[in-house]
Amino acid sequence: MSTHEVVLGTGLAHRVTRVVIYSALLFMAVIYVFPLLVVVLTSLKSLEELRVGTIIDLPAAPTMQPWYQAMFTACIGTSCNGLAPYFVNSVMMVVPAVLLSTPIGAVNGFALTHFKFPGHNWVFAFLLFGVFIPLQIVLIPLAYVMGSLGVANSVVGLILVHVIYGIAFTTLFFRNFFVTVPHEIVDAARMDGARFLQIFRRIVLPIAIPTVVVSVIWQFTHIWNDYLLATTYTSGLTSPVTVGLYNMVASTTGTKEYNVNMAAVFLTALPTLLVYVFAGRYFLRGLVAGSVKG
Amino acid sequence: MEMLSLKSEILTVRPSLETGRVRTFVGRYTSQIALAPSVAIASIFVYGFMLWTAYISFSASGMLPDYHWVGLRQYYNLWSNPIWVQSAKNIVVFTFLYILLTTVVGLFLAILLDQKIRAEGALRLIYLYPMALSFVVTGTAWKWILNPGLGMERVLRNWGWEDFRFDWLVNPRFALYTVVLAGVWQASGFVMALFLAGLRGIDEDLIKAARLDGAGGPSIYRRIIIPLLGPTFVTVAVVLVQQALRTFDLVVALTNGGPANSTQVPATFMYKQTFERSQLGVGAASAVMIFMTILAIVVPYLYTSTRKASDEHA
Repeated sequence: MSTHEVVLGTGLAHRVTRVVIYSALLFMAVIYVFPLLVVVLTSLKSLEELRVGTIIDLPAAPTMQPWYQAMFTACIGTSCNGLAPYFVNSVMMVVPAVLLSTPIGAVNGFALTHFKFPGHNWVFAFLLFGVFIPLQIVLIPLAYVMGSLGVANSVVGLILVHVIYGIAFTTLFFRNFFVTVPHEIVDAARMDGARFLQIFRRIVLPIAIPTVVVSVIWQFTHIWNDYLLATTYTSGLTSPVTVGLYNMVASTTGTKEYNVNMAAVFLTALPTLLVYVFAGRYFLRGLVAGSVKG
Repeated sequence: MEMLSLKSEILTVRPSLETGRVRTFVGRYTSQIALAPSVAIASIFVYGFMLWTAYISFSASGMLPDYHWVGLRQYYNLWSNPIWVQSAKNIVVFTFLYILLTTVVGLFLAILLDQKIRAEGALRLIYLYPMALSFVVTGTAWKWILNPGLGMERVLRNWGWEDFRFDWLVNPRFALYTVVLAGVWQASGFVMALFLAGLRGIDEDLIKAARLDGAGGPSIYRRIIIPLLGPTFVTVAVVLVQQALRTFDLVVALTNGGPANSTQVPATFMYKQTFERSQLGVGAASAVMIFMTILAIVVPYLYTSTRKASDEHA
């Protein structure tokens, strides 16, 4: 790790450069924070205040009322129970989907690296392909199959879909980690007759915890944030929160309650935002591993 | 010591597993058995569905699936559809601007952050947080900020610029640029992280040597550092082009393709044709177009990068 300063001197020119650099960085930081700030400010204002003020005015009389409405009473379609039911759907979807796809990826990654067989690289390439496909290429057949399995328009259907298309990613994460684990560790146990699952559970999994975290966070944020699959295969009260949010904002009946909409935006963003704040490092690792290559 | 106790622990369980032919088979092919479910799933849900979609795109399917082979007719219908042509044009413009601007902003931030900045960690956290958000979230937020009348327009008017107009969101000539703006805002922090990793990997000696030769300040970046980031540029471009071609939820949340289809992109077109208008054949043909475009970019990249990796190992 090394940094590359533009100017090494210590004179006036150096100091001016430093000021310029810090100002530019701060300016950019303001731009990045700005939308989030506007969302929060708007969500704390009354409709009356929104009518007269601008989006960057501080709320004169901050109120949590829009948050309460967004969560529990705002109308989405014909039901006026706020985002809460959609939030519940998202949780019911994301937890099992993450808990299923991560261990599958871990077992796959381990098998591909420490219990090699002829053609293991082809199998990896075969599975990895799923990382690159645009979902559009599977949407239509998936709709038929989900229909005939009776899981269309259900949280169970979304869990299945997210597990199926998450395997490529989780396999990639674990395969790339296990490749770096020295073979001696596994071989020693193998010579003693330990089997696949024993070695996996006792020896390999404990050292793979950081990768488990990366995989869980990646799957969690991806599944929580998904809109395409959610809107294609669910509707109404079976939808996850991204669809609920969209339907709330897009509804054209009555006055637009921008404060409630922005509160809903913030509430929808909150879970992934928290994960990001508390585990940003792992989030970035997953992002790099999941989008760059195998 | 720890290894030893682990070993003995494993040894004690051993006898129970050593019985029967089935066990031997399982023992010999554990790895294949472990991978089999995933391979089966991928065979059906990735490869099978790909072929299925491709087949639909060559069939007479309309409102209902109809598996009569009609050759390229759906593709002909697709390209005679003005909204698809518009989508194709839009995605070219969007992709170009998105990659260009995201790369410029990301590189700019990375270079600035690489100057021994005191609060680097905190700043990185700020630049990168949009990547954790759903596009529906960011699209809705930007829609509010860009709202003509209530958003930034009113802010600037209040500041005294009384005839300031900012109606890009509802102006067919400029609406696409609002999608670019939101997209760049969301992805540039990630690109910054990639470039920063690239910068930190550069050999310090090369830079010292350049300094000794009298190069200073920005010219070191222009002549030495940025050329050395070549591979990072390729990676960034490949990642961004894939993201750009899949763009869907951001458009839906921000403009929903409008006004007057001026922000329609292939993914939104595919969704509308297939699931709202029930034009399965045309929808499938558009899906194949998106898929082939991504494939045309990813395959050469993966091919060269894996080739390079194996050359290095050899």
